[in-house]
Amino acid sequence: MSRSASSAPALHRRPAVRALRSLLAGLLFALCTLLAISPPVHAEDFDYRLQPRELAPGAWVVVGLKEDFSFANGGNIVNTGFIVGSEGVIVIDTGSSKRYGEQMLAAIRRVTPLPIVLVVNTHQHPDHFLGNQAFPRATLAALPETIAAIRSEGEGFNANMYRLNGDWMRDTEVVVPERALAAGRQRIGGRDVELRALGGHTVADLVVIDHDSGTVYAADLLFHDRTPTTPHADIARWLAALDTLEGLPARRWVPGHGEPATDLAPLRQTRDYLGWLAQTIRAGAESGQDMTELFQTPIPPRFAGLALVNEEFRRSVVHLFPAAERAVLEAARAKASR
Amino acid sequence: MTPSARPALAWIAAATTALGMLATAAAPALAASSVPAASTPAPSTSTAPTAAAGTQADPLDSPRWEDMRKSFFADATVVFDERVRVSGPAVAEDSLNVPVSVDASGLPAVEELIVFADFNPIVKALRFEPGAAQPRLGFRIKLQQSSPVRAAARTADGVWHVGGAWVTATGGGCTLPSVGSGSPEWQERLNEVNGKLWPRVDGGERLRMRIIHPMDTGLAAGIPAFHIEDIVITDAEGRTLSRIQPLEPVSENPSFTLDLRAAAPGARLHVAGRDNNGNRIDAWVTR
Repeated sequence: MSRSASSAPALHRRPAVRALRSLLAGLLFALCTLLAISPPVHAEDFDYRLQPRELAPGAWVVVGLKEDFSFANGGNIVNTGFIVGSEGVIVIDTGSSKRYGEQMLAAIRRVTPLPIVLVVNTHQHPDHFLGNQAFPRATLAALPETIAAIRSEGEGFNANMYRLNGDWMRDTEVVVPERALAAGRQRIGGRDVELRALGGHTVADLVVIDHDSGTVYAADLLFHDRTPTTPHADIARWLAALDTLEGLPARRWVPGHGEPATDLAPLRQTRDYLGWLAQTIRAGAESGQDMTELFQTPIPPRFAGLALVNEEFRRSVVHLFPAAERAVLEAARAKASR
Repeated sequence: MTPSARPALAWIAAATTALGMLATAAAPALAASSVPAASTPAPSTSTAPTAAAGTQADPLDSPRWEDMRKSFFADATVVFDERVRVSGPAVAEDSLNVPVSVDASGLPAVEELIVFADFNPIVKALRFEPGAAQPRLGFRIKLQQSSPVRAAARTADGVWHVGGAWVTATGGGCTLPSVGSGSPEWQERLNEVNGKLWPRVDGGERLRMRIIHPMDTGLAAGIPAFHIEDIVITDAEGRTLSRIQPLEPVSENPSFTLDLRAAAPGARLHVAGRDNNGNRIDAWVTR
């Protein structure tokens, strides 16, 4: 196969991107004029228009879109947060790009002049750590497994994010956090904060509890009206982590994707979907279905409100079916050889 | 959120899909000729109207079609035929494991089926002689980049019937070393068959099996091609039922789904075969 032949589809796509940009700009303009709302992102000036919301005194969140990464949204599809104590600021995830990190820091500065004392990356996925460049290196911290994963997979993630988000990613580089976090409750920045080391969405998922306000920053252990994603998931462990979360004395929940909540709706949604997903994949493997047949599984109507449910379900089949299939087929072989 | 574990995988998914859809609105002619499968997030089951492929344009509009036609079909009669269906994801989430099902059961008397991907560095993925099985097969392949994935079924009259679908991928699936080549597990379990039979409501028997094998393409530096090349399925009385001949693009630890037309006598089947280094496959599969 020749290089020139192989690049043909990419060449064809470039004019479409340009057409897309102008179309999109026009659409956005029309929409904004019509509805008199401010756009969530603005592709011309690469401004994410980050607007921190104070959920409780000192407990802030920056809510992203319930979408997939794209040039249109610049990767602003994640919730980040920060906690302002009496002496300093704790930052929870840094967003999807250098620009996001810089704009997040600027947004924090509009709220408080206090120093940044701790910046955590809740887990290894790129929308949670690619803004690290904007923050002081010594403040960057994560669970040890997360640090290892960012070190080994970060570059691959970053390359993919450039492809997905285009020029929004300019100058973004992987900065691996150096400080390894341990679970525990302590005063940080003058605030009563607890770190919990859970897992299941990825190998390690950090939960930050702000006891002063009763706010639980659950990161991607919780999705709200947005379908959970599973490329590094261990569903059984994730479900166990949800049980742990449910036992926390929380007054409000910040999911990794979707609106914050003052009730258990995000937790129940995430649990319901993951339970159905695991059962569907297990049943498919046990009944001898092929992966392409499993793709056709009807999605129950109760999940219709989860953004991207059709796309994410099929991705999850690709992620999770091979292990389920392997378990069924290896058990059958063990039985046959007895 | 969550890009894939492999370095360059189909997180492009969303973007490509969105681009495809918007491009369709912005420039229909362009979109129709450049990103057919990417324009829908649904699993693609794309086919083409029957026409003499020598004279009719490739419905997947691949610049490689003419080469494909020459190298696989030479002077034989070739038609694009919607009865040959290729199902897979519109976007490959994992370029090393792209699930594909081919189905020519709408055709009479299929003697042979081949599967190929125009833009893969090794184009041909496998050959399948259904025999006593339905002319349909599920498996997974490696994709180096976005490509048509096609199946061609040869009927008893010698005519090749071709169907296919575009699959979007960005992965380098063929030039990465297998996971197995870096671990000792496959050496101990090489050619181990894990399989199971399921009786079907139509009276037939479904066979699903996974065979431990690195399926190295030879395109990763320093790792020679090493792949299963022949799998023969026989019944308990020694009758040959069906045959699969995989090539390098079939995924590591390949898994296959096939449907036999009749129930297996004694509810068991024998799987025999070999890889290109002469290592044998020899196993029984039961319900």
